[in-house]
Amino acid sequence: MTPAIRMVGIDKSFGAIRANRGASLEVMPGEIHALVGENGAGKSTLMRILGGLMKPDAGRVEVNGRDVTGWSTSDAIAAGIGIVHQHFMLVPTLTVAENLVLGCEPKTRIVVLDYKRAADDVRKLSNETGLVVAPDRLVSDLSVGEAQRVEILKVLFRGAKILVLDEPTAVLSPPEVHELWAVLRRLRDNGATIVLITHRLDEVVELSDTITVMRAGQTVERIKTSETTPAEIARAMVGREVSLSAGKRVQPVQRPASPQPGQGLEVRSLTINSSRGIRVVEGVSFGVKPGEVLGIAGVEGNGQTELVEALAGLRPVLSGDILIDGVDITRRPVAARHDTGLSHIPEDRHRRGLILEYTVADNLILGVQKYFAKRGVIEKDRVMENAIQEISAFDIRPANPILAARALSGGNQQKVVIAREMGRDFSVLLASQPTRGVDVGAIEFIHQQLLEARSKGKAILLVSAELNEVLALSDRVAVMYRGKFAVVMPAAEASEEVLGEYMIGTKKGNAA
Amino acid sequence: MSVSSLAGGAQPTFAATPWRERAEEALIPPLVALLVALICGDLLILSYGQSPAAVYRLLLEGTWGNAYGFGQVLYKATTLAFTGLAVSFGLRAGLFNIGGESQLAAGGFAAALTGLALPLGTPLIIALILCMIAAGCAGGVVGAVPAYLKTRFGAHEVIVTIMLNFIVLALLNWFIAGHLHVPETLHTPEIHAGILPRLADINPRFHGSAANLALIVALIVASGVWFYLFRARGGYELRAVGLQPEAAEYGGISVGRVWMKALTLSGMIAGMGGINYVLGYKHYYEDGFASGAGFLGIAVALVGRNHPLGVLLAAFFFATLSQGGLAIHAFVPKQMMDVLQGVVIIAVATAVPEVRRVLRSARKRGDA
Repeated sequence: MTPAIRMVGIDKSFGAIRANRGASLEVMPGEIHALVGENGAGKSTLMRILGGLMKPDAGRVEVNGRDVTGWSTSDAIAAGIGIVHQHFMLVPTLTVAENLVLGCEPKTRIVVLDYKRAADDVRKLSNETGLVVAPDRLVSDLSVGEAQRVEILKVLFRGAKILVLDEPTAVLSPPEVHELWAVLRRLRDNGATIVLITHRLDEVVELSDTITVMRAGQTVERIKTSETTPAEIARAMVGREVSLSAGKRVQPVQRPASPQPGQGLEVRSLTINSSRGIRVVEGVSFGVKPGEVLGIAGVEGNGQTELVEALAGLRPVLSGDILIDGVDITRRPVAARHDTGLSHIPEDRHRRGLILEYTVADNLILGVQKYFAKRGVIEKDRVMENAIQEISAFDIRPANPILAARALSGGNQQKVVIAREMGRDFSVLLASQPTRGVDVGAIEFIHQQLLEARSKGKAILLVSAELNEVLALSDRVAVMYRGKFAVVMPAAEASEEVLGEYMIGTKKGNAA
Repeated sequence: MSVSSLAGGAQPTFAATPWRERAEEALIPPLVALLVALICGDLLILSYGQSPAAVYRLLLEGTWGNAYGFGQVLYKATTLAFTGLAVSFGLRAGLFNIGGESQLAAGGFAAALTGLALPLGTPLIIALILCMIAAGCAGGVVGAVPAYLKTRFGAHEVIVTIMLNFIVLALLNWFIAGHLHVPETLHTPEIHAGILPRLADINPRFHGSAANLALIVALIVASGVWFYLFRARGGYELRAVGLQPEAAEYGGISVGRVWMKALTLSGMIAGMGGINYVLGYKHYYEDGFASGAGFLGIAVALVGRNHPLGVLLAAFFFATLSQGGLAIHAFVPKQMMDVLQGVVIIAVATAVPEVRRVLRSARKRGDA
């Protein structure tokens, strides 16, 4: 059988860096092919070459047996290659149907858009694929999962037969992930070829037919999914043994209960409105004791983001109290909360956690800059000293304090945030999506750091879309559903199945 | 963990690359823009039937080639340095201050009023300081209005500063025309105190040129701006707000307070520029003295890439073009220099982001 995609000996360099060196990829028609590898392994470059966004320095690209090396994006689209990007490329002020037909609008006799036909086309495609989304809704009103469905519909609408999905589940909740998988399987059964770029080994194992592993720009393994295990894939990705603390079947580590003196974080009937005035958190009360990890699970958009922002001082509170070690900080600004012992790993490091143009050293003092200034002047030497220390303690690579944060890989950027927030003295840590978009090696490291802080008597509030992560790290687990805690239970009694029911609201719990 | 682990797997690649990158990013784009402008200039001159080489030689002789011309360049550059620094200071905080024109005028007006109010024989240093404070405060007030409206009500600073130009300039015109002018003119009487020595008083070769010690003040302000932006905690926070307001907020920085501070200080810097004309050159406030210098400050900040040193160089460059227009008037119309200024601005506005994008994307793809 002719492979749908055959890439051989692909070389691609950018200056001194060789993103691909002799990389290869062979995808058979009608299969789901997982392309895995750490951040910076060269997966994205390979896919950009496939999509015509860049030309390889050497090597050969074939699609359905035809040599297409060095083709353009429009050639690629015409040949039925559709790339679904990690970051959505939709116009929020247009409806779903309008977004889908953008660029190839059906027209009535005069130049106006034939909206009715567009909506019908969309509905038809929706029904065929199972990607259900109402054509008349505004994209800005869609949930992340729905927006992604629109993205997939968009490439299908343009006649894509070979789909490339870049980290499609990074922003989805477990039920949404399951829906997506069902859709992808159906598309495959209808004859589509799917390349899935991902970090998550459980997805790879569950969904794919074949796996290609990349490391350092090279293809290190190509294997049938049925013939391998997550541990083997992880070893191939990293080049060494890794403990899969976020892996599917890994049991939470047995840890001695370590209640410590002090009061940690205490939240009393907190109510928060969104910026649009909609109630997003309603009367939530909980405590996190020193030496304890409270994990919050939940489908994204159920108030977790707003809860953490309010705790961090970035969002006004309607009513309720927030206490750190017994001190009421509800009305205190961000800087004063730092002083009280609050550290915060924000969910979006590119938006909040880092100033990308600033150097690593300057980023490492963000939020504590006043302690590095004397009479209003920043003490460069101390900033540098601090940077060298944190870089070494948290193994940030490259170990260069004056490199712009933008130049670091996602995992290392996250390490900068973590070094800053955990490298200083704190008593309460808000860790929001601490391992999002981070490679396996860095995930392991970040988990270790969190557990170490726990054993040192820090109170940790962990919010994560990764159920595995919540289950593996937490002492107690809470599920947030529609702005309230649906349930709070010891992690030992929780499982993905149990939490899942609370997350989608089919089961109501004890913690209303 | 010890520092020794630094020497392990990831060898530190200190300094080398970032410095080269920064130098490349700072120098290459403006140079490309200038090259483009130069080629356009050649074509313009050729279209006039003149030899570009001859015209450029004349331009250089008339500006840098003799002390008078050079003095005039320095004088014009001084005002542009103030307005350029003002705009760039605002831009560092992510704010576009289009109000340089009225801030400069208000500053000059306040300096003149102070100079008029002070008794004859006030020691220069005291008079100078008082006039500068007055000029700075006047400019600062004009800058604080849009800052307040932005932080309090979310009004966009571009709209407010543009509109304030009309309001403030009209008010000043009303003051001068209605109350303070010398008959038959649109300027105030001569000030009694705070007259700055001209360069010609120090070196007679500058005779006739308007260059004066306000130049030194501009250099001091530029170094002050540099120090504040890149060494002070306030500057760290100001740039953070300009780059990523949400990250700054996360870092405990009050974005509104920084906006307030940045636009007010920006207005103060522009206002202080008023001393160049009022204390250094004419010794009175004249309606319309600022015309164009405030707006040209935007171009100066743009070409100078919002760095104080770059702003000084750009101010000097634009002053050369403007003075050069007079020198080449015999060969080609001096308006050609206005055209060339326009070309430079457009070239910088398009070429700088474009060239930087090319540089960056080459580098970014390198990281992928």
